[in-house]
Amino acid sequence: MQVTSSVRQPLVTGGKTYHDVTHDVCRQVEGKPSKLWFLAFLTAFGVLAIGSTALLATLWEGIGMWGLNKTVGWAWDITNFVWWVGIGHAGTLISAVLLLFRQKWRTSINRAAEAMTIFAVICAAMFPVIHMGRPWVGAYWALPLPNTYGSLWVNFNSPLLWDVFAISTYFSVSLVFWYIGLIPDFATIRDRATGLRKIIYGALSLGWDGAAKTWMRYESVSLILAGLATPLVLSVHTIVSFDFATSVIPGWHTTIFPPYFVAGAIFSGFAMVLTLMIVTRKVYKLEDYITIGHIELMNIVIIITGSIVGIAYITEFFMAWYSGVEAEQYAFINRATGPYWWAYWSMMTCNVISPQLFWIKKIRTSIVATFALSIVVNIGMWFERFVIIVTSLHRDYLPSSWAMFYPTLVDVGVYLFTFGFFFTAFFLFAKFFPVINMAEVKSVLKSSSEKAHK
Amino acid sequence: MERDTHFILGVYDDEDVLLHAVEKVRGSGVKIHEVYSPYPVHGLEHVLGYKRSKLPIAAFLFGMLGISLALTMQYYMMEFDWPMIIGGKDYGAFPDFVPVSFEMTVLLAAFGMVGVFLITSNLKPWAQPRIFDLRSTDDKHVMAIDLATNSSLDLGKIKEILTESGATEVNNKSFE
Repeated sequence: MQVTSSVRQPLVTGGKTYHDVTHDVCRQVEGKPSKLWFLAFLTAFGVLAIGSTALLATLWEGIGMWGLNKTVGWAWDITNFVWWVGIGHAGTLISAVLLLFRQKWRTSINRAAEAMTIFAVICAAMFPVIHMGRPWVGAYWALPLPNTYGSLWVNFNSPLLWDVFAISTYFSVSLVFWYIGLIPDFATIRDRATGLRKIIYGALSLGWDGAAKTWMRYESVSLILAGLATPLVLSVHTIVSFDFATSVIPGWHTTIFPPYFVAGAIFSGFAMVLTLMIVTRKVYKLEDYITIGHIELMNIVIIITGSIVGIAYITEFFMAWYSGVEAEQYAFINRATGPYWWAYWSMMTCNVISPQLFWIKKIRTSIVATFALSIVVNIGMWFERFVIIVTSLHRDYLPSSWAMFYPTLVDVGVYLFTFGFFFTAFFLFAKFFPVINMAEVKSVLKSSSEKAHK
Repeated sequence: MERDTHFILGVYDDEDVLLHAVEKVRGSGVKIHEVYSPYPVHGLEHVLGYKRSKLPIAAFLFGMLGISLALTMQYYMMEFDWPMIIGGKDYGAFPDFVPVSFEMTVLLAAFGMVGVFLITSNLKPWAQPRIFDLRSTDDKHVMAIDLATNSSLDLGKIKEILTESGATEVNNKSFE
């Protein structure tokens, strides 16, 4: 029934058997963590601890601790928000869109990518929550709850409110999707374990027994969740871009924003997946599961989305000129040659030029080059959001209000806090959860490698 | 000794052997209790004769509920309960209600369907599953045959059918 292709490379190398897959993945959960893991975890936790002082300062003193002024009222916090949400796009894209397209190479990377998505969305959500100043009463400002102001409801005409719904739906659906995938793997760990671990993973596996009927329903659920998550992924960054696109600020008021933001999100998301996976495969010795072939395919996605982003930058310039709107034209000339020219050119170099290097096969199959470029791409994507947000605001309609934005130490600290949180959470995930979806890898093992069985 | 074992297990190594085995075993009149696999085997539900899952219908109905709730909520709040002119738009500005309606459709469809899945499959943290063979979550496919539902057949005969169908092991298993 199954056909082994002589053209395509096997997805899993090293002649792994089904039991090898179980063993190679469960080993990380069952063994004592290595010194390297402790070092990495403590470093991440240290960054989180240092950053938490800035978070406390924001909550205690208010957002006056940030570098915002009355001209630039949106800057660092929303840049970080959009950046983290963008990173949070790869996981669900890999598991949902690639499932619908029957791209079987997703099976080795989807688990970790989805975990990354969930942590990145938590980091992103932190910024709008803390910018409310008193987040503990913020639920009344953000959610349609009956309240004591008569019944003054939230404003459903506002893209900021759409964002509340989009991000929270995206987070909860991604979490459910991820957990459904984890259930069979928790059962595998449960059946290998004894004592306390058996009880904990037994509860986490919800009593999974691998019955054919349950698998049939599971497949049905996965497929529909993928079908639901695919438009959801596209909607989330579309709605994030509406925060800007529905305004009348030159440089923001463009219809190109939704597709351009979605492409940018996938671009930065894949870059972050690569950064993490290259480290994980090395530390956990998973080179047979996450092969050079996987890395190359992800790099190809980066070329495509990077090129879309590049075309979007050029199109924006063209439309500014072609529209004949002087304010729009000024906004773009100012981006490239104004006081923030260095941010603009960092963005152009990192996002437009660097991914084009992946056209060279030697570079896109090189682990060192991929790792370096994945970080460059994420730096570039951070600058993209910074450029769009700050350069459009800092030249107000009144030249007397023109100003500059400089981040304060608290701004930097809050950003560090999210980094600390992200990596702390990821390292905990990598220790206690199966980092590779064993069941899905096993289901493609036979069709993709000739020596699945001894 | 014979009838105090409640189940006979056929253990299979390979998914393709398993698919043919299920056909053969069912063809010779043995009723299969269930097959336990470490990963989803495509086509297994067909050879076992399971009906298609109705979960897509559940997802659709919950999605419909989501969009209805979202539109009702938004029109009630914006048009009837506290109408306000915002940006010169109508009170009930339909295009502005699309994003939230979409998100709530997806949210309810996903949660409703997963809820139904967990309930129908009896998945809950305190569940105590009957595990026939610990290797069925690792690398073996385990076919369980309930002796109570196959009382007309001879025990030796069932074992023979299983071995002939390609089972690498045939074991007995009983639960208290």
